[in-house]
Amino acid sequence: MNSKNLRIFVPLLSLLSALAVSALVITLSGRDPLMIFQKMLHATLGSSYGVGQVVFRMTTLVLVGLAVAIPFQVRLFNIGAEGQLLMGAFAAAMTGAMLPASLPSLLAISLCILSAMTAGACWALLAGVLKVRFGVNEVIATIMLNFIAQGITGYLLTWHFAIPSTVHTARITDNAIIPTFDSATGWLTNSPANLSSLLTVGVALLLWVLIFHSRFGYEMRAAGLQPVAAQYGGINAEMHTLTSMCIGGAMAGLGAANIVLGYKHYYESGMTGGIGFTGIAVALLAGAHPLWLLLSAFFFGCLEYGGLTVNAWIPKDIFMIIEALTILLVISFSALGKRVE
Amino acid sequence: MGIAIRLSVVSKTFGSFAANSNISLSIEEGTIHALVGENGAGKSTLTKIIYGMHQPTSGEVVIQGKAVRFASPRDAIEAGIGMVHQHFMLVPELSVAENIILGHEQTWLFGSLPLKSAKALILKNSEAYGLAVNPDALVASLSIGEQQRVEILKLLFRKASIMIFDEPTAVLTPSETERLFVTLRSLRNRGKTVILITHKLDEVLAVADTVSVMRKGEIVGTVPASSVTKPELARMMVGRSVLLRVTNPPASPGETILNINRLRFCTSQGEERLRDLTLKIRAGEIYGIAGVEGNGQSELLQTLWGLAPEGSVISGEAKLKGQSLLRKKPAEIALMGLSHTPENRLRHAVILEYTIAENLLFGRHREAAFHQGIGFNSHTIKSYTNTMISDFDIRCISPERQPLSSLSGGNQQKVVLARELNRPGISLLILAQPARGVDIGAIETIHKKIIEARKSGMAILLVSSELEEIIALSTRIGCIYKGSIRHEFSQEEVSLKREAEHEFEKEIGLHIT
Repeated sequence: MNSKNLRIFVPLLSLLSALAVSALVITLSGRDPLMIFQKMLHATLGSSYGVGQVVFRMTTLVLVGLAVAIPFQVRLFNIGAEGQLLMGAFAAAMTGAMLPASLPSLLAISLCILSAMTAGACWALLAGVLKVRFGVNEVIATIMLNFIAQGITGYLLTWHFAIPSTVHTARITDNAIIPTFDSATGWLTNSPANLSSLLTVGVALLLWVLIFHSRFGYEMRAAGLQPVAAQYGGINAEMHTLTSMCIGGAMAGLGAANIVLGYKHYYESGMTGGIGFTGIAVALLAGAHPLWLLLSAFFFGCLEYGGLTVNAWIPKDIFMIIEALTILLVISFSALGKRVE
Repeated sequence: MGIAIRLSVVSKTFGSFAANSNISLSIEEGTIHALVGENGAGKSTLTKIIYGMHQPTSGEVVIQGKAVRFASPRDAIEAGIGMVHQHFMLVPELSVAENIILGHEQTWLFGSLPLKSAKALILKNSEAYGLAVNPDALVASLSIGEQQRVEILKLLFRKASIMIFDEPTAVLTPSETERLFVTLRSLRNRGKTVILITHKLDEVLAVADTVSVMRKGEIVGTVPASSVTKPELARMMVGRSVLLRVTNPPASPGETILNINRLRFCTSQGEERLRDLTLKIRAGEIYGIAGVEGNGQSELLQTLWGLAPEGSVISGEAKLKGQSLLRKKPAEIALMGLSHTPENRLRHAVILEYTIAENLLFGRHREAAFHQGIGFNSHTIKSYTNTMISDFDIRCISPERQPLSSLSGGNQQKVVLARELNRPGISLLILAQPARGVDIGAIETIHKKIIEARKSGMAILLVSSELEEIIALSTRIGCIYKGSIRHEFSQEEVSLKREAEHEFEKEIGLHIT
């Protein structure tokens, strides 16, 4: 089998085996897996609301997936999408709440998105600087930065910005809200899917061009594949470490904008629900390719939302097991595929 | 004498690729049997089959009369087969004796090591085979030649009767090589069977009893070494006649291009690697630096290409047409008109995963001629790629799709040379080990291109550990020893002495050790 077939075959195989294992777990919990899968399929893709929910989750997943995938092109493993997401979300909510209500919508949205991306990028850049300057392994740095981000946002929320007796910040100004598809076009009724999904597809395309069709990407991938050779070729590998982390963090920030500006309209404790970690699986399943990422995010989006809808039949704990198992299988099989290649 | 190893119609395929096909070979006990062939001819696959690292797809392996099927090298070691790898398998932090008994301790897990009896045996063996080495010394403190002796002692300790040597002389100085040959002969005289894998034909003729030549996964011939000449062997290997030494017409050097004056290099640990190194290279000449690896060549190359490790202290002068090269970055140095093919091609000069076309661009991707928008101009690149491929005879199928890793070492090197020789506006070309890991056939092309570049008026600095290559190409030769040029042969001397190559090699050998 040539390597091209393998690249498609391995993710498919990992998905199928994940389904099989899930079916086994569901059977063990005393339910009929076929019925559960049917219900999931129906709830996710059977209605426009369900599709909207999947699109909304998929959008965040694409962005946190990119947050992992872009640094991965330079062989950096960004485990910190969750922390970058948190910082971005907090920044978006704060900016949105502080902007004057008179600001035109486009400007208000742009400012909020910008602040979310900047916050995410800075948070990721910290790990990049630690790596370049002191040689700190980026995996350790980003994990630690996740904890710190949790601490900072938690502290700021409870001690300074939470509306009394709630766990969320003040609402953002109406002009900073990204319209939902429902309100803008009437599609995907009542679902949180919003126009940032379009932006996301555009960004994924843009990054695909940047990585695979620009001189910048040529240098960046070279720096990832063979850093010493890159140095001989006059490429500044350290610069690429920093920029890739920056771009990754900015993507996580954009993902936060989707949640805060498009759906919640404020920052709430625990609102990300660990979706930043799912981004790792999304990126690995897609082989860190910006366009395949759309597909793998779609799959994980279905799984995330589908899992919620079958809550009445399958306890949440069982579903957590299934989701984690799926991610593990996907990662293991992708790694195996790399080795075979 | 019996037959140590008999292979009958052994084949090994990887997917659809036949690395070895229908190999039948008998290796007699108590002989030195050389296995030669170009890179990718299947030598290493064959030895891996004998050593149990690969299992044959079909065919039979008979070791000392017994049909075997090794599952792993452990089985092969048990059957009395040992191998000295090109990269030594030693633990630098342990002593010689500890390394030798490693994996063969003959004691229970927590018992004390039988070092005393082991040492006695090691001393006995080292006397018998001329393998002088102190059993108490730390391996880290040994020279490469001594480390190789430890590897051989390891095999003797395990009572191996068949010993495989994979390119054993690649890392040795000329005198160490001579010494290794003495050892190989004494091993043979005491009934051991030696299998020597090499691509250096002179060595084969000097030490082997029998030679098997491989080409494209097959044995094309097995002949007694005494009945064959070097050109004949080369022809068997490549399948056509090859020019073993490129014609090197007299040079008429022009103005000085590179001027290195009292260059010193101290590592961050304070070790002096270059000591007042002084040399000049003129336009239209090749200055060959001959020397044993580790005498400052790497540091000189790093300094000239702006990649000296952080913390190293450099003083003195290195000027390209009057402009200093020191403390500049590779990209700036390239712009000044210097081109460089690094010693370690795989690590420094190419991106194996990139396609051939992308690699032809690597390091030159900043040249505006290749640009279009934020990306590259595919049209220009295509015509550039095609020109390079036909000019340098790069053997490939689809340069835009094929990753560089799918090429043989020789073709990879041609890609690097094609790219570096054609940089616009270069006046100095630095070539480090241009023929390392390259087939005889490809060496011919590469050497011709180097001479052509010299004729076109480039100044060329050639660093090579192969004296043959230095002598064949250089206009002048500098012998480097412990960080300075110890002796320089003038243009007249070189062209005169080139005719008596063997004598010349010996003379150079005196200046570099």
